[in-house]
Amino acid sequence: MKPVFTITEGMLPVSTSYCPGCTHGVAHRIIMEVLDEMGKLGDAIGVAPIGCSIVAHKFMNVDMLETAHGRAPAVASGIRRAQPDKVIFTYQGDGDLASIGMGEIIHAANRGETFTTFFINNAIYGMTGGQMAPTTLVGQKSTTCVEGRDPMKVGMPVKMCELIANLPRAVFVERVALNTPAHIRQAKKAVRRALEVQEQRLGFSFVEFLSSCPTNWGLNGPEAAKFVEEQMIPYYPLGNLRTPEEVAK
Amino acid sequence: MPEKILMKGNEAFAEAAIRAGCGFYFGYPITPQSEIPEYLSRELDKRGGKFLQAESELAAINMAYGAAAAGGTVFISSSSPGIALMQEGMSFICSAGVPLTILNVSRCGPGVGGIQPGQADYFQATRGGGNGDYRIPVFAPDSIQEAVDLIYAAPPIADKYRNPVMILADGMMGQMMEPVAMPEPRPIIKPEDIPAYKPWAVTGKAGHGNVKNVVQSLYLQPELLEKNTEDMYVKYADAEKALVRYEAKGLEDAEIVFVAFGTVARLCRETIELLGEAGVKAGMIRPISLWPFPYAAFNEIGPKTKVVISVELSMGQMIDDVRMGVCGRLPVKLIHRVGGLVPTSIEVKNEALAILEGLK
Repeated sequence: MKPVFTITEGMLPVSTSYCPGCTHGVAHRIIMEVLDEMGKLGDAIGVAPIGCSIVAHKFMNVDMLETAHGRAPAVASGIRRAQPDKVIFTYQGDGDLASIGMGEIIHAANRGETFTTFFINNAIYGMTGGQMAPTTLVGQKSTTCVEGRDPMKVGMPVKMCELIANLPRAVFVERVALNTPAHIRQAKKAVRRALEVQEQRLGFSFVEFLSSCPTNWGLNGPEAAKFVEEQMIPYYPLGNLRTPEEVAK
Repeated sequence: MPEKILMKGNEAFAEAAIRAGCGFYFGYPITPQSEIPEYLSRELDKRGGKFLQAESELAAINMAYGAAAAGGTVFISSSSPGIALMQEGMSFICSAGVPLTILNVSRCGPGVGGIQPGQADYFQATRGGGNGDYRIPVFAPDSIQEAVDLIYAAPPIADKYRNPVMILADGMMGQMMEPVAMPEPRPIIKPEDIPAYKPWAVTGKAGHGNVKNVVQSLYLQPELLEKNTEDMYVKYADAEKALVRYEAKGLEDAEIVFVAFGTVARLCRETIELLGEAGVKAGMIRPISLWPFPYAAFNEIGPKTKVVISVELSMGQMIDDVRMGVCGRLPVKLIHRVGGLVPTSIEVKNEALAILEGLK
């Protein structure tokens, strides 16, 4: 009999600690599935951020290390020097990457570092309890902007893909979402292409996932998926901003 | 004995790091140590290593953490304000159990301060500027040769304790020239050989029996965090015994005992001669390891000593350790200059004589 469903070896057989309706688990799984399919689980080194996903190493079945807040791209740059032949990725949330770690991500992208960054954008700080993120939408309420984000006070939500795509050595940049099965399938394709770009050492590769945080958004799971569709995607358009010719198929 | 060559301090430090087997360097320009990244940018890749100029000291220490956690032998350098920026990383690296060699060619502070020599990083180096319980072995050379030897000795110590080791030089030593004999180069460990040397490193689990490695600092369960911290202090207890280094000079019959490290110890040697000519016997304790501090050296002080004087390029930081070493047995006084000024041996002599007079 042919199995129609198996659990990837890339995920450890444990329950994650993420909230119901959070899409960290989906992002973890598709990244690990791709590494498994590429036969790279034994060669992968993952870098976890500060945020909910600092515990990613409890679920992802690859060598991993934790990092100080925002510094994952610098850490991955160091790993690449010591381990030139491995598959290296950072997994970072929006507070980690787009706020405190803005310097490190921009410079790593600009250098064309040959690791892949998976950026989880859920428009809020999750682990610390729902404060405003650099990616919080205009008018979106948080515990540090209870009246909603006011762009005249704190600026507009940061579009990381568009920023990164301005840097010539950032050769693969794509924004995907995780709120529908169709979007998840598209996301997995983007993960694969990003890792192929890394495999060929073409430059920096970056995938932004529009993710959900029902707990801190004050929504249930289906409402959170709808929020991604109706509020996030119009401001953060999905799609590929840059693909090198070598992997453009 | 290898041939001695005349080298500028900073370039000698950089060459020593290569010979120590440090294959990876991450740095950001800062006076008075910029010759180190300049030298390594020219030399390191040629000799099988990797040099990378970081966008900041924050990035540099974290690049160092990444390369070292992945098994590389890593050297970084900076000067006081840059070392301040690295403190978060040092605390993290200590808790994660990752080896690293750090050189601080220190200048004067606080704040941006100035670019002249200073020793006011003593607290930052020995007490730690980062958060939480951790220790970093700190060695303070007083010559370029000793700095070279200490940099060469540092990576095996860092590997043994899986902890950073710091060399605290000062701007004077970085900028001056002295004849120096370079040690025999150690090879840079190849990436494929790392799991054999460092089975804990994150190198991809295929390299270590398909059992995943995790390098971590977060312990949300208090009992596990307590255990990790206590395990660190088991290492530190061993280091406190094994790493004490100092030089003692003329303690048996000295009236005055100076305590000084680095550049200041050099001029105190001259002061001791000047005092001898004036009929006053003086000796010196020169701590080479600042942590662990050589407290036991103070037990060697003889019965003729009337005062112990800490001589520092700070408002008095090491003097806290000196008081702990003296333990109330003798008066402890301070001679110091700050702002980048270095006292002359004659000035130290005159101040020491005034202190001696004041005790009568």
